[in-house]
Amino acid sequence: MTLKDPEAIHDVEGVGIHSVHRHDVVIIGAGLAGMRAAVEASGEFDVAVISKVFPTRSHSGGAQGGIAASLANEEEDHWEWHMFDTIKGSDYLGDQDAIEILVKEAPTVVREFEHFGCPFSRTPEGRIAQRKFGGHTKDFGKGGPVLRACYAVDRTGHALLHTLYEICIRNEVRFYSEFQAMSLIVRDGVCRGVVAWDIVNGGMHVFHAKTVMFGTGGYGKVFKITSNAMANTGDGLSLVLKAGLPLEDMEFVQFHPTGLYLQGILVSEAVRGEGGYLINGKGERFMEKYAPSKMELAPRDLVSRSIQTEINEGRGINGEAYVHVDIRHLGEEKIMKQLPQIHELAWKFMHIDCIKEPIPIQPTGHYSMGGIPTNIDGEVLFDGKNTPVKGFYAAGECACVSVHGGNRLGTNSLLEASLFGRRCGKSIIRFLRENRDWPELPADSAKGALDEVEWLLNTDGTEKVGEIRDDLQVLMTNKCGIFRDRATLEELTGDLKKLEERYENIKIDDKSEKFNSDLLEASELGHMIEFCELIVAGALSREESRGAHSRTDFPKRDDEKWLKHTLAWKKGEEIRFDYKPVTITRFQPQERKY
Amino acid sequence: MAMITFKINRYNPDDEKRGHFVQEYQIDVPKGYTLLDCLNDIKWKLDGTLTYRRSCRSGICGSCAMTINGVNNLACETQVLGLNCSTVTVEPLRGYPVVKDLAVSLDPIVRGLLAVKPYLMTKTPPPTDQERLQSPEEREKLDGLYECILCGSCTSSCPSFWADKEYIGPHALLKAYRFVADSRDECPGEHLEPIDDKHGLWRCHTIFNCVEACPKDLNPTKAIAELKKELIRGKLG
Repeated sequence: MTLKDPEAIHDVEGVGIHSVHRHDVVIIGAGLAGMRAAVEASGEFDVAVISKVFPTRSHSGGAQGGIAASLANEEEDHWEWHMFDTIKGSDYLGDQDAIEILVKEAPTVVREFEHFGCPFSRTPEGRIAQRKFGGHTKDFGKGGPVLRACYAVDRTGHALLHTLYEICIRNEVRFYSEFQAMSLIVRDGVCRGVVAWDIVNGGMHVFHAKTVMFGTGGYGKVFKITSNAMANTGDGLSLVLKAGLPLEDMEFVQFHPTGLYLQGILVSEAVRGEGGYLINGKGERFMEKYAPSKMELAPRDLVSRSIQTEINEGRGINGEAYVHVDIRHLGEEKIMKQLPQIHELAWKFMHIDCIKEPIPIQPTGHYSMGGIPTNIDGEVLFDGKNTPVKGFYAAGECACVSVHGGNRLGTNSLLEASLFGRRCGKSIIRFLRENRDWPELPADSAKGALDEVEWLLNTDGTEKVGEIRDDLQVLMTNKCGIFRDRATLEELTGDLKKLEERYENIKIDDKSEKFNSDLLEASELGHMIEFCELIVAGALSREESRGAHSRTDFPKRDDEKWLKHTLAWKKGEEIRFDYKPVTITRFQPQERKY
Repeated sequence: MAMITFKINRYNPDDEKRGHFVQEYQIDVPKGYTLLDCLNDIKWKLDGTLTYRRSCRSGICGSCAMTINGVNNLACETQVLGLNCSTVTVEPLRGYPVVKDLAVSLDPIVRGLLAVKPYLMTKTPPPTDQERLQSPEEREKLDGLYECILCGSCTSSCPSFWADKEYIGPHALLKAYRFVADSRDECPGEHLEPIDDKHGLWRCHTIFNCVEACPKDLNPTKAIAELKKELIRGKLG
């Protein structure tokens, strides 16, 4: 099949001719997933990366502790051990075919980062240094914690993110920096591009593409206490829902055990990996009650529940809603050499010198295990199961492949984002070699996005975006947090409906087009309300406790009914569910104890 | 808790007639509030048109650099009560074109960065299924260099940049030295050649403003001195 005029730029209603762009590959999001895919595909095809923040501002840079790979640089390790730990960590909800790829390709991906120039910390022999992390063990969980997290001091995400940006520059990747994606163009099961708003200059742009990849990241900003950046509003998930595609396992949200008290700012798991203790108000190392064998290095879901239980039962420090992470015994030299950023954060945000004082912490909204369903090649699945949307890919926190299942292990997120970003790049190359034609771009491609901006600029209600968002964050934290139950979730379902109604009655102050962050924050709030309904509905329907999803009214895991992935669609007000089985290859589900 | 007055420099590109002006806002500031918290409070409660960049609010993304009481810093790392004054002035970073209110054009930052070929350059292929080796001592030479968050505070504070807008700036030179100093980089000349220029390395007059301005306590002036040594060594040797 050939197009009559393959070079013609299509007319799109409401968008100027100079605002329609064409690229073989259009990637949304300049974090680890997006930029790793860009690096891969840019050798052969014309790649553009669209990001609502300047690329190095992406939140992958906030990751601190490390990236997992069984390099065995410091001690014996095997991909099979890493596989077991990831599966057990996922509470057996992770798909084992995808996990096998993750752990087998991890050493290659990490070494490639080194070849790209990433400034990893080093062993005395000059190899990439590795440290301990929660849930990563020796000998299929029978041994102690293993040195598996490859790190660059305690700024691993920063080091990896900047390295990828540098290689993108080398490869002449085209960046559309500060463009906010507004809608995804999918018609008849074929992805045809995206519509994005130019933040700095204002104005709608249409990106006509043979392939689109989403690396749009997480949505921690739906919680009041979160480690996430303000940009993490989950826009990509809402765009996918609006395009009629499902989301998978949205009820699984990770709360990181150690966020700075009241701020939520991340205190890396590396503080426990390097030997830090968790201490309650009675001065006890309380993890011995909950995970006698792995203690502070149990997986995150378990540690967060333990901390929250201590707080709820009045054993926080002075009875308040926090406990301490104490690293004083590590000594000044080790703290300043291995954890300098933690020292800086504790000082700048809490005025705490962690060499001399323990750090007040509480669990903090951190990571979404669920997301856009993909297969192991990063292709987004139309029905959530087997049929790919032609030309549409996703990886990283926005995607659900699913390697993390019900709970992600620390250091597996940087790995998953870069590894499946790389796989997306490779499958995009395969696709483009076989599909040289441009998909037809519908003339009304930008209509939805233009209507949305028009409405946001002109709506003349009485509600403030900031107040609705604040209410959403408080409600999600209080009613859909670490512990959940039917009554509270049902209440929350009603609360969200009210927020949705209030959202219909908003008014923004800034009516201009150029750098209108008021407008974009309003759009983001719309997205957040949209997919929060799915998180809550998923949490309500899953009547069991698995991984990070903990129902006090159903405290046990129920493999008979719930060893399956949730798929959820949203059509207007209606949420539709379907399910798909978990792929189990090497490890049968067992009781999960640490 | 204290009532603080914020005097904020404002500019709306759609209102050239009004141009740049200062607007005052007063809010109650609790203990522990950063300047970013205050700006958010103002934006979300008082005036949605106030515009600034922000994202991570933990000092790692580099979005919210601005001039606070005359000094460049990250808004998210500035404890407002710690400034010990009842009036806080907030301006966009100097030297860059203002886009709107506190948001400046990032073009000069990117342009300087691109000039130094900011990526590891090698001639030999990497070892198969292994990392390139680098001793802890060699790796230590990158400390104080790799941490740069590209916030632009340093170049904005540099009088040489104010006078010569083609000067690539201390942030770019720090990045150049990050690769020249890397034991794995086999083409230091590739990073040095483009900065051996009147708008490059030699534009630095060791004023040290960049060192004071850096919110991450890095030392671009020292990196520049090392680069000068490298270049002179190259010319003599």
